Amino acid sequence: MAIPDDRVYSRTHEWYKVEGDTLTLGLTRHAVDQLTDITYAEMREPGTSLEAGDVVGEVESVKTTSDVYCPCVGEIVEVNPELESNPGIVNEDPYGAGWLCKIRISDPKGLESCLDAQAYEREIAEA
Amino acid sequence: MGGELLRTALYDIHREYGAQFVEYAGWEMPIRYTSIVEEHRRVRASGGLFDVSHMGRLRIRGADATALLDRVTTRPIASMQAGQCRYCLMTNERGGARDDVIVSRIEEDEYLVVVNAANREKIVSHLREVGSSMRFDLVDETLKTSMLAIQGPRVMEFIGRFSEEIPSLKRFRFTVKNMMVFKAMVSRTGYTGEDGVEVILPNSAVGLALKMLRDEMDPADGESVLGPVGLGARDTLRLEAGMPLYGHELGEDISVLSSGMDFAIKVDKEASFIGQEALQREVEAGGPSRVIVGLDVEGRRTARHGMAVMCGGRRVGHVTSGCMSPMLEHPIAMALVDREVSDVGTELAIDAGRASLGARVRALPFYKSGS
Repeated sequence: MAIPDDRVYSRTHEWYKVEGDTLTLGLTRHAVDQLTDITYAEMREPGTSLEAGDVVGEVESVKTTSDVYCPCVGEIVEVNPELESNPGIVNEDPYGAGWLCKIRISDPKGLESCLDAQAYEREIAEA
Repeated sequence: MGGELLRTALYDIHREYGAQFVEYAGWEMPIRYTSIVEEHRRVRASGGLFDVSHMGRLRIRGADATALLDRVTTRPIASMQAGQCRYCLMTNERGGARDDVIVSRIEEDEYLVVVNAANREKIVSHLREVGSSMRFDLVDETLKTSMLAIQGPRVMEFIGRFSEEIPSLKRFRFTVKNMMVFKAMVSRTGYTGEDGVEVILPNSAVGLALKMLRDEMDPADGESVLGPVGLGARDTLRLEAGMPLYGHELGEDISVLSSGMDFAIKVDKEASFIGQEALQREVEAGGPSRVIVGLDVEGRRTARHGMAVMCGGRRVGHVTSGCMSPMLEHPIAMALVDREVSDVGTELAIDAGRASLGARVRALPFYKSGS
């Protein structure tokens, strides 16, 4: 499946899509395939301030629990309201309706070291 | 674990069905094909086919085969009839589990013992050591044979299309079928809480056997009787059925009496076995101090192996297995806890790092077939 080229990727398999000063964060198809069925996702509350590398939340699947990381300095402004009632949406549409949260960027440094779609595709091909 | 991973004879078939693979006990095994939850529900509603060829298959034959197996297991072997299978624990001197196994008596002096993949080499050495002055042959047939589990409520009716005999087998009985050019051992056993069979056959016969099943096996088609099922759902199915998994509910440092598998432990067995004295002392002292319990967990979070179980701020044990139950649709767990907090209904808490999860002791199994 094609990896969208309108966003950047982390080596820990998050995607980050920047629009203005807002960053939308989610997990890649590769990540959700590895996690298998997602049973629970909890992001930190809107209003939480974050440093680059901070944990934004946790995603649980039938097999395991994984932390999700923030790439930049900012503040959580919105958590996907669908997650609570239907966490499986992350499996169904990880690049779209299965987004996890939105962050208002106050310092984008950290996003620079993210991968573009082609580099991420190579990364997971080598793994 | 270093070195090349072992692959089963069904590896290419798994690929064809779109399996995602995982390393398990030195084997490259399918963890799932579609979704763990879907595969799980398919088995509960109809049926599933599992490749369990990673399990160890040891043939033990000879004048002292019975004495050897009686010496290492917790249930009587000498009284078994040919055609019978028996779930047994293999204990260490302290009464902990070296493994949990199924012993099948083929003939008077011949047995097939199915052991856990991770314990295969350990058990082979153990048997050779214990039996160093006994007369028997031990052949590890694991790599030359395959093992399939076919499990689910529609499975026996489906198998009835090919065989009249197999659906008439009692639980924990087996038969050896001559299928054209090969022999297959079919036992009415399983690890899902559903009816079904386990089949052991030569690797060379796997293609032929699969051909018989494939018309009824479509991973995406909910109408077909069988779908392929990976190790992911195998684990959630056995957990719902309240069955122990070695390395979780069973281990060298957990008394087998803690496991709740009382039917499989004959402490006063006539033939003495390794670990018997330790278990007798434990019974005389009033029973195990820790026991495996089932827990219904509150909320949506999954308790994981190793998380502490708390009662009134005090650590009383740890979680041994946990999952989101696909049938009950809430999280369930098994835990090894102090006996004082093991009564059904006892309120406990699970330390999940950033959160504490409420949990209540309940009777096992979590799910009964057909409920």
